[in-house]
Amino acid sequence: MQRVLELKDLKKNYYMGDYIVKALHGINLKIDRGDFVAVMGASGSGKSTLMNILGCLDKPTEGDYFFENKNINLLNDDEYAEIRNNKIGFVFQGFNLLPRTTAIENVELPLFYDRKKEKKNFKELAASALKKVGLQDRLHHHPNKLSGGQQQRVAIARALVNDPSVILADEPTGNLDTATSLDIISIFQQLNQQKITIVLVTHEPSIAVYAKRIINMRDGHIIDDKKTKQRSAKQDLKKIQE
Amino acid sequence: MKISNTLKIAFKNIVKNKTRSFLTSLGIIIGVGSVIIMVGIGEATQRNIEREIASLGTNLIIVYPGAFRGGGVSQGTGTFNRLSIKDVENIKTYSKFVEAVSPVISSNEQVIGGGNNWRTTVYGVSEDYAEIRDYKLASGVFFTEQDVKAGKNIVVLGKDVADAVFPDDEPVGKSIRISRVPCKVVGVLESKGQGSFQMSQDDLIMMPYTTFQNKINQNRFLRSIDIKSSIKDLSVTQEEIRDILRNSHKLPDSSEDDFRIGNQTEITERATSVASLMTLLLGSIAAVSLVVGGIGIMNIMLVSVTERTREIGIRLAVGARKRDILMQFLIEALVLSVIGGALGILISFMVLLILNNFTNTQMVINYRTIILAVGFSGTIGIFFGFYPARKASKLNPIDALRYE
Ligand SMILES: Nc1ncnc2c1ncn2[C@@H]1O[C@H](COP(=O)(O)OP(=O)(O)OP(=O)(O)O)[C@@H](O)[C@H]1O
Ligand SMILES: [Mg+2]
Repeated sequence: MQRVLELKDLKKNYYMGDYIVKALHGINLKIDRGDFVAVMGASGSGKSTLMNILGCLDKPTEGDYFFENKNINLLNDDEYAEIRNNKIGFVFQGFNLLPRTTAIENVELPLFYDRKKEKKNFKELAASALKKVGLQDRLHHHPNKLSGGQQQRVAIARALVNDPSVILADEPTGNLDTATSLDIISIFQQLNQQKITIVLVTHEPSIAVYAKRIINMRDGHIIDDKKTKQRSAKQDLKKIQE
Repeated sequence: MKISNTLKIAFKNIVKNKTRSFLTSLGIIIGVGSVIIMVGIGEATQRNIEREIASLGTNLIIVYPGAFRGGGVSQGTGTFNRLSIKDVENIKTYSKFVEAVSPVISSNEQVIGGGNNWRTTVYGVSEDYAEIRDYKLASGVFFTEQDVKAGKNIVVLGKDVADAVFPDDEPVGKSIRISRVPCKVVGVLESKGQGSFQMSQDDLIMMPYTTFQNKINQNRFLRSIDIKSSIKDLSVTQEEIRDILRNSHKLPDSSEDDFRIGNQTEITERATSVASLMTLLLGSIAAVSLVVGGIGIMNIMLVSVTERTREIGIRLAVGARKRDILMQFLIEALVLSVIGGALGILISFMVLLILNNFTNTQMVINYRTIILAVGFSGTIGIFFGFYPARKASKLNPIDALRYE
């Protein structure tokens, strides 16, 4: 299988004056193409720290990060930006959409910053991404006119508009109710079937069961990493609605 | 990211914050507007002065008596270092380049006529004076060479005097008394118009200098000699007059001139240099307000960077490079200042149009000023936009996203 992400003895310290917070203590992790990983662990165990490094939003203090077998540590700022732009889609707990900007314009954003592809049909690509998350009739809504679930779907559309190989989601359902959460998870499962690798942080075991693999963290360590039998969010959603 | 996209984003942001964008540009609007208006006013003044000086007469040369400096031991005390009628005669006789010449004597006198009383300047001049100073007659005639030789009691009135003394009647043929000397009015001059720079050229009376010297004021010395050159190159004529006068005054080579020769070009240059200094001054004061406007842009852009930290974080998270963020904020500042500049030009057009309608000046908007103002406001946009833009681009993605 093709390796997408690999971390070798990765450490992250936060420096607050004289005080050092050791958020990650030597993480070793391999994730292959097409995997669906749920990262679990208590609050403060380092999940977000890990995700931010995987998403190239932050840099590790020590250790190596290989993305598609390339050592990320050796890249400059522009190359980092390029990976964020067209290799990784990031979905946040708080959606992080641009306010006063329509759904379709939000989804277009990564295309604006893509220098590789000479894309002219930004609107078309953005509309088709929004269609994939079932928002084809909300293209011109502003975020404040959308429900939480809808906003998160816009964020997912934005994450996948540039055909990333990985989608990273840090508690994407943290602000949503059960049914909406299942809805969002079912979108991830659907994307996963199209060979997009998914890494998802969640507090709730009831969400983790939809992954193929569950990683448990405590105090900046991975304490457990096991395969699991994946449930279908779509079917569970149907059951609830009946 | 391409510039066109950056421009699009910048425009979107400006439109989304209409009020704030307008207030930000206001400084630039006022700055550019006042630069154009001030320079417009300054240049109009300059042109007015030039026009007024031209109205003094064409190819005009004026000889003044020199400051009395003794001029050397050999000369003794002298009346010869003053200008006299003899000098005028010498110029008339020996000069090749002088078309007309007139002595000028003057004093302020009380004038009574038609039951009215008026105080004005009375000039004793020759028959050529009207031609030298470009005066035209509204009615009657100017006095002739014979009149001057005979020393007749006749006068020509300036427009202001004619209006004041004979408001209802035709002055020609009437009699007036100038310091108790009865004179006959033979002509009235056309108005030269009100000048802002000079005293009115219409508040005067002219009479033959012979009459003036005999009856009004016995002073034999001239206030000036006014000359009209027959050639355009006034310096040649001036040099010739200088030689004639030095001969006439019997000045040895070693001594300085005991007179001063001025010409119109010099007067024009001196006066316009004052006016252009004024233009410069007004322009710089206005430019200061442009700089203040630029600081306003920087201020708002800094606030905007702080306010939009999360937005910057989001843009970085989806792949914006540092230079994309830098460009976005820079272009936003540039667009704001250029729009401000354009509005400033528009407003200054309107203000100048109004001023032109309500005053008799003709202020013209100079394309150089416009290019300068726009270039300047653009530069200010970039200059004052750069610091906030750089600050924005230096943000770390995760720190920007976490910003509360
Ligand atoms: N910017 C920061 N500066 C200092 N310390 C930080 C910073 N971010 C995180 N930490 C610390 O690092 C540790 C890991 O934080 P992290 O946010 O990764 O936890 P988490 O597992 O995501 O928790 P939660 O489930 O509550 O989101 C915590 O002890 C936290 O206090
Ligand atoms: Mg977290």
